[in-house]
Amino acid sequence: MSHDSDPGRQDGGSWIGRSVPRVEDDRLLRGNGRYVDDIALPGAVEAAFLRSPHAHARIDSVDVKAALEAPGVIAVWTGADVADLPPMLNKEELRTPPGLAELLDPTVRMTPMPLLAADKVLYVGQPVALVVAENRYLAEDALELVDVRYTPLPVLVDPEDALSERAPLLHDDLPDNLAVAVETRVGDPDAAFASAHTVVGERFEAHRYVASPIETRAVQAQVDPYSGRLTVWSGTQTPHRLRDAVAHTLGLTAGTVHVVAADVGGGFGQKGILYVEELLVPHAARRLGRPVLWREDRNENLTASSHAREQIHSIELAADAEGRLIGVRDRILVNFGAYNMTGLVVPYNSLCHLLGPYRVPHVDIAVTGVLTNTTFATPYRGAGRPETVFAMERAMDRLAAELGIAPEELRARNLVGPEEMPYRTGLVDRSGSPQSYDSGDFPELLRRAVAKADVAGVRARQRAGAHDGRRIGIGFAMYIEATGLGPFETARIDVAPTGRVQVAIGAPSQGQGHRTSMAQIAAEAIGVPLGLIDVTGGDTDATPFGVGTIASRALVNAGNATHRAGRLVREKIIDAAARRLGVTADRLDLIDGVVAEEPGGVSIGLAELAGRAPLPGTPEPTDGRHGTELSETVHFRPPGFAVASGAHAAVVEVDEHTGQVKILHYVVVHDAGVIVNPMIAEGQVTGGIAQGIGGALYEEMVYGPDGQPRTGTYMDYLVPTSSEIPDLDMDELFTPSPMNDLGVKGLGEGGAIAPQAVLANAVEDALRPFGVVVRRGPLSPSRVRDLIRTAATRD
Amino acid sequence: MTPSVPVQTTVRTPPLAEPSGWHRITLTVNGEQITAEVESRLLLSDFLRDRLGLTGTHVGCEHGVCGACTVLLDDEPVRTCLALAVQCDGVSVRTVESLAPGDAPLTSVQRAFHECHGMQCGFCTPGFVMTATALTEQPERPGPEEVADALGGHLCRCTGYRNIRRAVCQALDERFGE
Ligand code: FES
Ligand code: FES
Repeated sequence: MSHDSDPGRQDGGSWIGRSVPRVEDDRLLRGNGRYVDDIALPGAVEAAFLRSPHAHARIDSVDVKAALEAPGVIAVWTGADVADLPPMLNKEELRTPPGLAELLDPTVRMTPMPLLAADKVLYVGQPVALVVAENRYLAEDALELVDVRYTPLPVLVDPEDALSERAPLLHDDLPDNLAVAVETRVGDPDAAFASAHTVVGERFEAHRYVASPIETRAVQAQVDPYSGRLTVWSGTQTPHRLRDAVAHTLGLTAGTVHVVAADVGGGFGQKGILYVEELLVPHAARRLGRPVLWREDRNENLTASSHAREQIHSIELAADAEGRLIGVRDRILVNFGAYNMTGLVVPYNSLCHLLGPYRVPHVDIAVTGVLTNTTFATPYRGAGRPETVFAMERAMDRLAAELGIAPEELRARNLVGPEEMPYRTGLVDRSGSPQSYDSGDFPELLRRAVAKADVAGVRARQRAGAHDGRRIGIGFAMYIEATGLGPFETARIDVAPTGRVQVAIGAPSQGQGHRTSMAQIAAEAIGVPLGLIDVTGGDTDATPFGVGTIASRALVNAGNATHRAGRLVREKIIDAAARRLGVTADRLDLIDGVVAEEPGGVSIGLAELAGRAPLPGTPEPTDGRHGTELSETVHFRPPGFAVASGAHAAVVEVDEHTGQVKILHYVVVHDAGVIVNPMIAEGQVTGGIAQGIGGALYEEMVYGPDGQPRTGTYMDYLVPTSSEIPDLDMDELFTPSPMNDLGVKGLGEGGAIAPQAVLANAVEDALRPFGVVVRRGPLSPSRVRDLIRTAATRD
Repeated sequence: MTPSVPVQTTVRTPPLAEPSGWHRITLTVNGEQITAEVESRLLLSDFLRDRLGLTGTHVGCEHGVCGACTVLLDDEPVRTCLALAVQCDGVSVRTVESLAPGDAPLTSVQRAFHECHGMQCGFCTPGFVMTATALTEQPERPGPEEVADALGGHLCRCTGYRNIRRAVCQALDERFGE
């Protein structure tokens, strides 16, 4: 993909589809970022959290006397001190969409989380006390002086034990450890399996790994002594939810709470949910009358911020003699950790993305989510899809092996074709409507991936035999992703009297480049130069309504809101110019910030026009069609999901002696509809794939049977470096989404969805001479050696 | 931008905690000489960020793995989360803020990160930029292995590294010729 580095649009073409260099970079490159920990407020004090050292224990007593007397300590709170505040609940996610509730009647058990544990702790890392001191050094010193007495309770780590009679019960108000259960059937799966030519069944495990943004979580809060308003800076992906939760918890009105997500150093879903720390820091700031800052350390981030991915799939595929799927059955077990934070989101995403791009007439899928004494698990980039794609794509390869059909050929025989779009799967989507793929060309994705991967060449090298025990393998994996989750997103556009255009969107950026891509959309919609546009996001005062940057939704929802608001503002500008110039609006056009009549006619620049326009909120007696000032607010509500898709292929070399997996060639062909900024899009896909490769080969959050995390630092939790991530061989399709005016689909998560599956398939292919079956990741050297050893001892 | 001499103590200056002691250090930060009283255990990263207000240096792990906190100490890239301020008496420190102060044009390294889209959230970026700056300041063009080694000391969770590699390559080309 070539990067057009010309932001000047000299050809006068569209702003959409142009690799405009990012406007956010200059400030960040000079060291002028404003991440939460960079905001220095006069008089600020710092917080530290005492966290549970036990996975499951009763709290017998907490004594804070010594801590309170420690140097520099200002306050200490325990569970008893905040018992009057309501426990935390991620409300939105725990609500079951009405359509789903009606059709599938899922079980969703809420588990509100106490702000500080008072009676019981349920995972290592759960907050037990909060210390505020003059600085973090002193606050951490004082943590050691808080004397908590625990009585350890039996620990539950293995999700397969969670529902057994003997399992310890985690939540006293629940009858068992079940968090979520939902089941769906399409057609007659039992008959399909009974009549199938071939059935393959296997158990695949998606292992636990984490988002691990390089900026850990951070919160700062301050009460303005004049207005009494509370401002909260948080590295959150969902500022409006945080505002409402802070208001609810502290008994305030939403209007007196202001949340700002300024610069955020990566989120990937981990910063998309609500955390107790985000409620306690504002509480402390109000009680102390001083700004309070908290920044998580890496050990806290790894052990006490949300985890993801852990699922066990017992999957079966039924096929006819030609390898055409006639039925899919899957029993999915999801480990939620200690609290059910996000309800159906992950389990249901797994359920309704299992079939992927394939046509399957008979389906039987059930998901069970259980609670264990591990850190709570919530969405992480892909949110339930990498897990399910791992199971399905591994199963497809097992079926291909069973039938003696090439894996890419088996896939080709089962793909939904472009002529079938929009395609109904028979399932119900997450919003409760019949699941429908709006557009796409899955066979073409696969064709291109196969062509790039040079299957024939790889097979020839395989036939030539291994050199020095290094074996080559190739794998494929495909996915679809329902993107652009609703219910809405907001954009407000104001033309300032100087003629500069201000765009405020509800969704904050954690590195996705919104300031640039939203400016491109606005420039295009209005007809002004890009350089005139300023974009802000994630400030609840600028847009009182908003949802956030999660679930591959920002470009779809905020982008379309910006587009619509821009078109409306454009009309207003032209109307105002018509009145000023004394001509009818239909004779005028707005190009590059100038409203002009056809060649040789009258014209007026935006700055001149805006300088005389009534200020926002000042009514002017005209036709009043859209209000009169040059501003508009639009809440875009997507009518359904925009379905993105992709095919990945990987060629690997596995060293049978050391177990090391080396990626020789990584191919990705993706389709995210219309692309606004190809450079940014490519960066998003590449970053997602790197996280997927990390999960496939290196990263794992490991617990001992006692519930103690064993990977609490970057020395043992292995995030890949530049040396482990290859250059990608990338290609794209552009099938516009009919679900929105721009034709865009989300692509933030797509890259992360297929790498686990494609690399597992490639490694299994490389180790085929040993008869190895890959059932779980990460494919670290020791695990690959284990696979070879066990396969060898088996025969 | 650059702090004056001597440094103002702020409320975030640590009161003394036992066992610890205060030390007077004199060092050069971004070209200015600074004298400060620091507690023994104060990390260089916290000294730069909290005492001097140079927040461009980021802290991502505090145990020496992520590289986000890298600055140049007497022209060598060093992780400031693994150094104590008291160890820096007499040294010269350069942080990301020194590269293009005020609105001076970006350096070739900074420009390369922008032009190659070698950054997304920007949190890891100052660390990478300082390491890359050290590479371009060597008398001879560093070999591919040395470059790979240098980059291998940094984590980026957003970019997938490819564009960072391209950026560093572009900066080296510009400095040493292709
Ligand atoms: S913060 Fe210093 S290396 Fe990570
Ligand atoms: S750009 Fe976000 S961590 Fe590197």
